[in-house]
Amino acid sequence: MKDHFHTPLRQTPFHPRTSALNRLNQWGAWAGYTTALAFDDEAMEYTAIRNGASLYDLCPMVKYRITGPDAAAYLNRLTIRNAAKLSVGGVHYTVWCDDAGKVLDDGTLFRHGAEDFMLCCQERHLPWLLDSATGYEVQVREVTEEVAALSLQGPCSAAVLQAAGFDMCNLRPFRMAKLGFEGVEITISRTGFTGDLGYEIWATPAQALPLWDALMRAGAPWGIRPIGTSALNLARIEAGFIITNMDFIPADQAVREDRARSPFELSLDWMIDWEKGHFTGRRALLAEKARGSSWALVGLDIEGNVSAEGSLIYHNRKTEVGHVTAAAWSPATKRNIALAQVRRPHHTGDTLWVEVYALRELQYHKLMLRAHVTERPFFAPARRRATPPGAF
Amino acid sequence: MPSCDAIIIGGGTNGLACAARLAASGRRVTVLEAAPAMGGGASTVEFAPGYRVSGLAHLVLNLDPRVVQGMDLARHGLGYATTNLATTALSATGDHLRLDGPFGAHAPGLSEADRAAWAALRSRLLAFARVLAPFNAMAPPRIARRAGNDTLRLAKLGLGVRALGKEEFREFLRMILINVADVLEDDLTDDRLRGALAFDATLGAWLGPRSPNSLILLLNRLAGAQGALAVPQGGMGAVAGAMTRAATAAGVALRCGAKVARVLVTGDAASGVMLDTGEELHAPLVISAINPRVTFQRLVGPQHLDAGFFTRTGHIRSRGGAAKLHLALKGLPDFRGADPTTRLVIAPSVGVVENAFNAVKYAEVPDAPVMEVILPSAHGTGMAPDGCHSLSAIVQFAPHAPENPDAARAQMLEAALRQLEAHAPGLRGLILHAELLMPYDIAAKFGMEGGNWHHGELAVEQMLFLRPLPEAAQYATPLPGLWLAGAGSHPGGGISGAAGWNAADRIIKVLK
Repeated sequence: MKDHFHTPLRQTPFHPRTSALNRLNQWGAWAGYTTALAFDDEAMEYTAIRNGASLYDLCPMVKYRITGPDAAAYLNRLTIRNAAKLSVGGVHYTVWCDDAGKVLDDGTLFRHGAEDFMLCCQERHLPWLLDSATGYEVQVREVTEEVAALSLQGPCSAAVLQAAGFDMCNLRPFRMAKLGFEGVEITISRTGFTGDLGYEIWATPAQALPLWDALMRAGAPWGIRPIGTSALNLARIEAGFIITNMDFIPADQAVREDRARSPFELSLDWMIDWEKGHFTGRRALLAEKARGSSWALVGLDIEGNVSAEGSLIYHNRKTEVGHVTAAAWSPATKRNIALAQVRRPHHTGDTLWVEVYALRELQYHKLMLRAHVTERPFFAPARRRATPPGAF
Repeated sequence: MPSCDAIIIGGGTNGLACAARLAASGRRVTVLEAAPAMGGGASTVEFAPGYRVSGLAHLVLNLDPRVVQGMDLARHGLGYATTNLATTALSATGDHLRLDGPFGAHAPGLSEADRAAWAALRSRLLAFARVLAPFNAMAPPRIARRAGNDTLRLAKLGLGVRALGKEEFREFLRMILINVADVLEDDLTDDRLRGALAFDATLGAWLGPRSPNSLILLLNRLAGAQGALAVPQGGMGAVAGAMTRAATAAGVALRCGAKVARVLVTGDAASGVMLDTGEELHAPLVISAINPRVTFQRLVGPQHLDAGFFTRTGHIRSRGGAAKLHLALKGLPDFRGADPTTRLVIAPSVGVVENAFNAVKYAEVPDAPVMEVILPSAHGTGMAPDGCHSLSAIVQFAPHAPENPDAARAQMLEAALRQLEAHAPGLRGLILHAELLMPYDIAAKFGMEGGNWHHGELAVEQMLFLRPLPEAAQYATPLPGLWLAGAGSHPGGGISGAAGWNAADRIIKVLK
């Protein structure tokens, strides 16, 4: 008898710690797991990301291990970027599309060895990954449950790692290193979702609690805090990062024909390697390149300080030309920022207005606010790339 | 350095038709055939010393008139031993029903009520087939904007369907996707006639008469020559021979024994082929007239195709349910007085046909298979030694992937001979040699996946713009420079050449 349905949401290996610390008892579902939305003070958690050190439970992130002699060739056919150019020990952001050149998901690709990769993403894709493997000497395996991962982010994260006995001073962005922790190997990569200095630590479920304790202990002098998804979301908007199923819908989940988006339409076309040979969606994307795309994903700087979450966007206050997919008042930049999907060609001009419904004491006030297309990331401190990291 | 303008993989009837049509447009064409001779499913073989039969297909019923005229097949030696072949619906008691003329135009053996009912049903089905037939002679439309559809022609054909009249158009819509058993049982009472028609509808299909959409296969069969059947002089090899000579006369270079190992891709386009000997041939146009599943899965491979499309090419359904029986007989078998120069159908009722199909759903051999029997030696000389006879039968349904192929073949042969003996007592005693090709034997011998002679089941969900897959339904494939021209494409198989001719038309139109 299977009784999995009694537990609609699973707990991550860090749950004993995160549940003890979750004073607000705010939980949300993420890819089948219970995860903390906030622990005790969302503002303080955000502040830890930008001014100290923060710890985030990354376990629900979907992970695939891709191994075999054809692993690189397989990934080159699967994704739009050139996986063969990724060196061992390197990490890159990538995207994969369906036949029509519409994005199925984005994710980070870790190259552990010449024939050994790990792909991390938001949604589950095993059927597509296995279908894509036909004809390739490659094994694809979901390893989400086999990996316990933490994200340690913030200007003091390198110092915290050092104090915990992991010297990461020479680790450059998008590189990873393997080291020992209590006699077992763990991987630390200089990656993250905050646009700040930060690391992700990849361990086994058995190492989860000792690892959490070691980092919290080592980080105490820097005011390390566990953070929930709400604070992280604010940081990622400032960094201009998109999230699958929040800023775009995966092509295989979209029911309405006009909802799927191509890399061009998400402003991710810079990753496409046209020279590497065929990849899924290439011919459709070439045709789109010649024909022109319908949408653009842009960063907006909106007047005032009312968050424009979910708002519609107008051209000259009249014609609807898009919608906001993520928005926030940005504490770091002191700007009212948003990520938005805008119909071309309106994504370049300066004619955009955002219609915001501001809730003031149970009553909506309709605001028509001026919006300017602006560079992403909104917040990009030099410390995120400095090697060795500054001593904060 | 290109070897020619176009390479055609596969020298079956579609490959040859496509080659001749392209050569006529001024292109230098090379046809590569893996077998020792051209013709594919159209062949005459000597299966026992002195005994000859058509190796696979044994009747002409939908040879495309454009191919016959365009290749001038009569001048190149195609003649007929019998045209308007009659059918005898055999009865085990000798109470046979003879159907004369195309699609049983005359059936004096029917009761008066059935005669009238059959006349009405027959003319209705032929009228439906007539309005559908023109669709077979063109690239299927594509349901998309700017798809290059021949809109004017489609509008005309649509009007043609509408011109059936209000009543008949309504009947057309009611019946187009219905199963054949329902139609036969609604309109007719004679089991012999119902059985023979149910057999015809499911011949070469992986459907029983009660399977949904089985009527459309009967309409498709009638679309060729309104149901007229013919036996070529010298067997089906005569069709292949005439087409080969016509193609040669048109300047096509033909190479037998040249098995293509893979399609070469340069940049993002097909640039030629490599043979299994390692020899490379180059051409800007590569046309596959062989099985589409084999073409994409084995000759092109995943690295040049999108993952979704490639996966679906592996899922093109291609189960064959027809076995081919060849017997060398030392005398003329007596089917209880039935005329041996007719097509002899053993399918005594709809139920028997359906039951014969039931077994193959479970990869088993049916106890009482149904069949269509031709005695080639009764139609002309040279098919068997004097006084002796050759027998050619299509026997259904045979499992395409049984657990034990050899045991299933033996079991199927025994079941077929038992059926024959029941209808022609003493036949077993005349047998000098017997050969039975199961679907998997047909697959191995003719390169037909699953032994399905349409190179992909002909069924509604794999017809028209869905054949073999939407992205490749108009003969062009997602890989630039690679085209399809085989029976796996619209309008399907049979000894027809229509798919090859349509493909050539499309290529000429698009690449002009």
